[in-house]
Amino acid sequence: MKRIIAITLSVLIFLIFMTAFARVKFGNIALSKYFYFNPVKKQMTRDSVPSHYLKEGIKETGSTNIVTAVVVDYRGFDTLGEVTVLFLASIGVGALMYIKREEKRKVREANEIVKTASAFLFGFIVLFGAYIFVHGHLTPGGGFPGGSVIASAYLLLYLAYPKYAADHSKLSVLESLAGLTFLVTGLLGIIFGGHFLYNFLPYGVPRYLFSAGVIPVIYVAVGIKVGSELTGIVDSMMGVRE
Amino acid sequence: MELYDFVSIILIGGMIVLAFIAAESRDLLSASIAMGVVSLIVSILFYMLQAPDVAITEAAIGAALSLAVMIFGIKHTDRWEKK
Repeated sequence: MKRIIAITLSVLIFLIFMTAFARVKFGNIALSKYFYFNPVKKQMTRDSVPSHYLKEGIKETGSTNIVTAVVVDYRGFDTLGEVTVLFLASIGVGALMYIKREEKRKVREANEIVKTASAFLFGFIVLFGAYIFVHGHLTPGGGFPGGSVIASAYLLLYLAYPKYAADHSKLSVLESLAGLTFLVTGLLGIIFGGHFLYNFLPYGVPRYLFSAGVIPVIYVAVGIKVGSELTGIVDSMMGVRE
Repeated sequence: MELYDFVSIILIGGMIVLAFIAAESRDLLSASIAMGVVSLIVSILFYMLQAPDVAITEAAIGAALSLAVMIFGIKHTDRWEKK
């Protein structure tokens, strides 16, 4: 009986919402054909939003990579939310899986080839990840890919040397500092520009490393944060024993 | 037919076969490795569709990290699926 009531109620709520939202107009296709008021340029234009990003993105944010410009500058608040979601996921895995230290970990010793190769490759993979997130505003990539590449380097180290364990307290300090950098950069935007995550640093010359204002700062912070979180997840999953 | 279409048809066909293996295999280790190869092919397809940043993320997370997490899980439970 309860189940029937629940099903009918959910179907009813779904129908009510569908009928309500069927009348609402989301966006306007015909808008791009006509002039409308653009709040950024403070004039009447006929650009749609994507073509506005493509035309004015470099001028407005200083970032050559328009995807990064959208992720960190135009939609920076969403990125803060994404980082928070990843933080919660990492907390959940750590709380469920974390078990105190090495003797609980039973992994077979890796062979000589894997050991030597991973010792050689580890530095280069970390360097590549750092390259990806430092150059996030110039080339494809950014904080999330760079962080996951760094975490995969640590995964290689864990597979090759079963006795190795990353220091959890250092990881959490690194992670918190990176998150704080993101937030403080956003709050400094309120002080200097009046908006959260306002791009208050000078834009510099586009296509050079030191350009695009706060975007590289935020992306380096996001890269370090994602890398330490995913490394923590790998570490807690390795530590599981019955 | 151009080379681009040919390569993408081969990749998508391999992806479908591997996804079927991953769904149907009783050996969970080979099923999860098939999942990892599916992620790798998806990342190649993203690169062919000119989305290199998504390709990097997919290769690092889908093919390396999630596969490793699944294999850790299999190691501590059971390799063969029970009927």
